[in-house]
Amino acid sequence: MDIVNLGVGILFDGVAYGMVLYVIAVGLSVTMGLLGIANLAHGVFAMAGGYVALSLMNNAGAPFWVALVASFVAVALFSIVLERLLYRHLYDAGELEQTLLSIGLIFVATAVAHFVFGPLPQRVDIPHAISGQLTFFGETFPTYRAFLIVVGFVLFVGLWLGLDRTMIGARIRAAVDNRSMAQCLGIDTNLLFMLVFAFGSGLAALGGSLGADIIAIAPGYAMEQLVYFLIVVAVGGLGTIRGPFVAALLLGLGDTACKMLVPQFGAFFVYAAVLVVLLLKPAGLFGKA
Amino acid sequence: MPALETKGLNRRFGALEVAGDINFRMEAGARRALIGPNGAGKTTFVNLLTGQVKPSSGRIFLDGSDITGLSPDQRVQRGIARTFQLNTLLKGLTVLENVQLPILEHRKEGGLVLSGVRAQDRAAEAAYDLLERLRLHDDALRRVSELPYGRQRLVEVAVALALEPAVLVLDEPAAGVPPADSHRMMDLIDGLPSSIAVLIIEHDMKLVFRFAREITVLVAGRILTEGPPDVIAHDPQVRDVYLGHRKHG
Amino acid sequence: MQGRAHTLAVMRATRRLRVIELLPWLILIGTYFLLPSYLPLATQIIVMILFALSLDLLLGYTGVVTLGHAAYYGVGAYTAGILAVSHWSEPISGLLAATVMAGIVGLVTGYIILRTKGLTLLMLGMAVTLLLEALANHFNSITGGADGLQGIMMPPLLGRFEFDLYGKVGYVYAAVVLFLAWLVCRRLLLAPFGRSLVGIRENPLRMAAIGVPVSRRKLIIFTVAAALAGLAGALSAQTNQFVSLNSLSFELSGTVLVVLVLGGAGRLYGAFIGAPIYMIAQDTLAKSSPTFWLFWLGLILIGIVMFSRGGVLGLVDLLQRQLKERFGRNAAKIGEAL
Repeated sequence: MDIVNLGVGILFDGVAYGMVLYVIAVGLSVTMGLLGIANLAHGVFAMAGGYVALSLMNNAGAPFWVALVASFVAVALFSIVLERLLYRHLYDAGELEQTLLSIGLIFVATAVAHFVFGPLPQRVDIPHAISGQLTFFGETFPTYRAFLIVVGFVLFVGLWLGLDRTMIGARIRAAVDNRSMAQCLGIDTNLLFMLVFAFGSGLAALGGSLGADIIAIAPGYAMEQLVYFLIVVAVGGLGTIRGPFVAALLLGLGDTACKMLVPQFGAFFVYAAVLVVLLLKPAGLFGKA
Repeated sequence: MPALETKGLNRRFGALEVAGDINFRMEAGARRALIGPNGAGKTTFVNLLTGQVKPSSGRIFLDGSDITGLSPDQRVQRGIARTFQLNTLLKGLTVLENVQLPILEHRKEGGLVLSGVRAQDRAAEAAYDLLERLRLHDDALRRVSELPYGRQRLVEVAVALALEPAVLVLDEPAAGVPPADSHRMMDLIDGLPSSIAVLIIEHDMKLVFRFAREITVLVAGRILTEGPPDVIAHDPQVRDVYLGHRKHG
Repeated sequence: MQGRAHTLAVMRATRRLRVIELLPWLILIGTYFLLPSYLPLATQIIVMILFALSLDLLLGYTGVVTLGHAAYYGVGAYTAGILAVSHWSEPISGLLAATVMAGIVGLVTGYIILRTKGLTLLMLGMAVTLLLEALANHFNSITGGADGLQGIMMPPLLGRFEFDLYGKVGYVYAAVVLFLAWLVCRRLLLAPFGRSLVGIRENPLRMAAIGVPVSRRKLIIFTVAAALAGLAGALSAQTNQFVSLNSLSFELSGTVLVVLVLGGAGRLYGAFIGAPIYMIAQDTLAKSSPTFWLFWLGLILIGIVMFSRGGVLGLVDLLQRQLKERFGRNAAKIGEAL
């Protein structure tokens, strides 16, 4: 019975964690596939979203939903500013330049967060409506985790349908495939990319806010969580929507299992698994070779 | 023993066939031109020959030995060299350095077993002599990025020649060369060693008819016909293919 | 014929040792005599120069952008440290063993890492580092875990020179190691092998088309770079007589990248310029406020990317060009001779 309990716990927490990772990382995957930019600073958007939402909730007493929307919008706008000022100049630059820029942004953001909010993780108060426990088949689960799972799943389906079934989705897919051709067809790729970048960054902010219960919002967030976001994107396959979903689930489950079953090894087995997967499939599970 | 041969060479991308059942032969010392309308698959064929693309089926033989499974650098070591449609020279290096590098690699002196300074000097000498033969030696110490594009195209051929290949494939060597310089390219191609088998992809018919002793016509990934220039020039099928399908509405 | 002789002479001249290349060594020697109280810091700078030099081979010349180079530094550091703690006395053989160990780890992980590119490659480098860090943390009975590996007692170098408290012997030891490594690197990079690395960075397709086995060569340089990083780590372990988990951190990978880019990557001497600037700045500024330091470091990085990609050496180039335009060819000739 105890093993079942443990197993269910790992499953539930793992999937919830995976969903948070997905919401944050899917924007990175699309941006990477679309713009070809290695934006390691993506975690900064998630962190910023978390800080904005939690500040609004803790200091201004704003309702949960308002805080979420506000963090999405604020960070999306902020990302547009960054894109115009900095990223735009690096579209043709080498990988090294993009990496350096991202690292520089991470450093600056970490320092600012430390200065403004202090070194401790932010307090998270889950709204009453979705806190507490649910009971299914004799097992109890935290309601919030269930909520996260639902949100992640809905987002995944929404993105999938959105890309597949809508005009704007078609335009995005065209632009990813062949930018100059898309321009010839009258698609304003500059605007499109900016919008997608903003949307992806907003999603990261949303993920950061929603996931603040699982991944604490603290100044070191962007640097510490970076490898997880990258794993999701690289193992999933750059530029896809489905790939990161599967990868995020696997990573969430794997990491949670490791933490509960072999904590003395840290995330060793997770990293080892990543190496094995990429040894066999260098382009990721769903990536194009 | 033909210098270069393919048997049943095939390449598909899903349902799209870019190379279909190509049986191609070229003898040592040949002067062959590969022509065909845009999109016929000429560059794909060359990529198959030199290894940048793997065939879906079929075999490629270089001087009798099967090179189908070899990587591009391995094929170069076996004796087939090429130029590219768009220049691929190392822009920051000088012309001489660009030619010295393949000579060192060809002599197996580019690896971790560090070649002595004497080997480097010998390679520099050989590079200079090659440039002199091609009348490019005046530019030897200039950076490639400083040269006009037409001159760069000539250096691109020199780099391929530096590998002392048995088979040389030139992918649209005259492309992008301004008319004023194109005679230099033609002279260079005229002066290629007679022992090498040379395959040229070209659209410039002047160059094709001046250079080729035999022409292969490629259409939609398949060989339409082959023959000496005057036969090809009067072939009604070939004319159809080039003038388009206006007759068929 | 005159054109030929002249051209070949110019080619040979590119290999010549230039006067300015002696400068770092003069400064190193000078420091020993003029700044004896700073020798421990200077030793750390030497270690960082070596570390950044190893990264330059991989990143500056071959163009492999990695955030996982600390892994090999750490392997070298812990190998040397553990050997010393286990009473494998001799420093130099310990150094060599650590270098070989780092090279082996580099070979194995490099094989996996180099099959990928871009973001994936970047991530894999990080994953390897984190994996090793997790291992070191777990086996803390051997590595000392989060407290670090302590109690490293270094016996006298070559049986005669005691590692003294002022760090004199350590300094000379490190300087000699750096000198030898520099000789090797310089030879490697000025040889056709080094040229082919630049070619691989700029145009791998072209290099394959002239018969270069690109993947194999990348793996070779990856292994050499890993081994040299291990050498730096081992040197650090032996001169500091302490190894911390920081040797295996993502932070350290980032630091060495910053150091190299600051000086200028792909120029052999970027490491020699970036390391002193970074370490001295960090030593003075970071103590008062680490947050402040991080902020400005990030800003400087962004500045480098936006304005001067070549780091300090890039700025020097720019200056040289400006001088050439202003003062004509004579000044430029002097500059080139230097």
